[in-house]
Amino acid sequence: MFLQQLINGIALGSTYALIALGYTMVYGIIALINFAHGEIFMAGAFVGLLMVGVFKLNIFLAMACAMIFCMIMGVVIEFIAYRPLRKSSRLSAFISAIGVSTFLSSLALMVFGANAKGFPDQAFPSQQISIGDADISTLQLLIIGVSAVLMISLEFIVQKTKVGKAMRATSEDYNTAALMGVNVNFVISFTFALGSALAAAGGVLVGMLFNAVSFNMGLMAGLKAFAAAVLGGIGSIPGAMLGGLLLGVTEVFGVAIGYSSYRDAIAFAILVLVLLVRPTGLLGRKILKKV
Amino acid sequence: MLSVENLSVNYGAIRALHDVSCRVEQGEIVALIGANGAGKTTILNTISGIVPSMGGVIAFEGTEITRMAPHLIVRKGICQVPEGRRVFARMSVQENLEMGGFILSSKQEVAQGIERAFTLFPRLAERRKQPARTLSGGEQQMLAMGRALMSNPRLLLLDEPSMGLAPMLVEKIFEIVVEINKSGTTIMLVEQNASMALSIAHRAYVLETGEVVLSGDAGELARNPEVRKAYLGE
Repeated sequence: MFLQQLINGIALGSTYALIALGYTMVYGIIALINFAHGEIFMAGAFVGLLMVGVFKLNIFLAMACAMIFCMIMGVVIEFIAYRPLRKSSRLSAFISAIGVSTFLSSLALMVFGANAKGFPDQAFPSQQISIGDADISTLQLLIIGVSAVLMISLEFIVQKTKVGKAMRATSEDYNTAALMGVNVNFVISFTFALGSALAAAGGVLVGMLFNAVSFNMGLMAGLKAFAAAVLGGIGSIPGAMLGGLLLGVTEVFGVAIGYSSYRDAIAFAILVLVLLVRPTGLLGRKILKKV
Repeated sequence: MLSVENLSVNYGAIRALHDVSCRVEQGEIVALIGANGAGKTTILNTISGIVPSMGGVIAFEGTEITRMAPHLIVRKGICQVPEGRRVFARMSVQENLEMGGFILSSKQEVAQGIERAFTLFPRLAERRKQPARTLSGGEQQMLAMGRALMSNPRLLLLDEPSMGLAPMLVEKIFEIVVEINKSGTTIMLVEQNASMALSIAHRAYVLETGEVVLSGDAGELARNPEVRKAYLGE
């Protein structure tokens, strides 16, 4: 029972973590809460569904297509809706983000209709594996595996590659990074591309996990992932991973012990409790503003 | 090498620079001195491209760079050590130097640059893996200078290298500035510590509220009674 719920929680939490990473990276670099990030996740789910349903691609190829599509989408959104507001107040950019979010979910409603759609059964023939008294589906293992691979790749890119170092430098000090010869506009686009690719993968995985893809799936998933990012400490990449997993596991255990009607409230209750004790989030750093 | 002509810069409605002209010749150390808020840092930031100009022309080695993006100006051969050092606090000393060498194309060049920085500043070698925020003020200044030298600039812009440092360290830093200059890097130096700046510079400009009020040979300026009264504390 415990192991069962733990695996359920980790699978759900990995998807939160994938989405939360996009929020935290974008916030880290331009101090913007990208409210449209949930809709990128939704778009990823739809692209994955189309690739599997219409083009009969296997699930990994479909996921790759969704990731590429959303990378472009993230970069275009930043270019159109946020870049012109780079020097204005963060509130203006945030309102622009809400606009993009509403636009995208309405567009999806127009194109795909209001009914949730499921992945075809042959997309990923899931099987049950018994470990002790726990029944774990291969789909859950797929979710955990794919998320782990993506997060390790992200950590590698950010820590070891040249563009990753430029990302960290830009998020610490925008102007000084430019003085080192970093093209900060490129770095910002790259950050949006990375975050959006992770959200797209999350969208495909969540679409399969709940067997439902709908125009409004981005809202709640986005809010919870945002809560996960804040819980872990916004701006911190390991924080987003930890926050996502923690939220997923707690939510599943909350449901398991009988609070299923409070399912969505649990995430935010934890958020409030943690922030009361640690306002910077679990792994967040105190931000010192220099005048 | 560098010529700034009739440069004007505004911050919103506030005029930061008005009709400033100055030049730097190959091999020189040129100092900009003046009180707080005179516009010294603004000149450097406009040359580096992170502050837009309202009017005027900046040319480097015959090419106009007035509206060029900051990351392209670095590639032209101008690098800045910003005011307050601005090391990347969460990155290690080594990573800070790697960032300084961002425009270098080969890993070998980066490795050579880091070795050079460690020869110039042996203290940094001892702290290679430490996050930059754990360094002392003097060490951070050394790191910021080592980082800027990584890109092999022909013109180095130094903004207040003595800020917040103990007098002994200030002398050490200025010795290194002279050393860097002797090895072939032209230097434009902004300083509040006017006596130190004038003692190592070849020429200097005195700024007051966004305008150049005096300029000339550094030694002569240091003897000028007005300068002595206003900036050298006599």
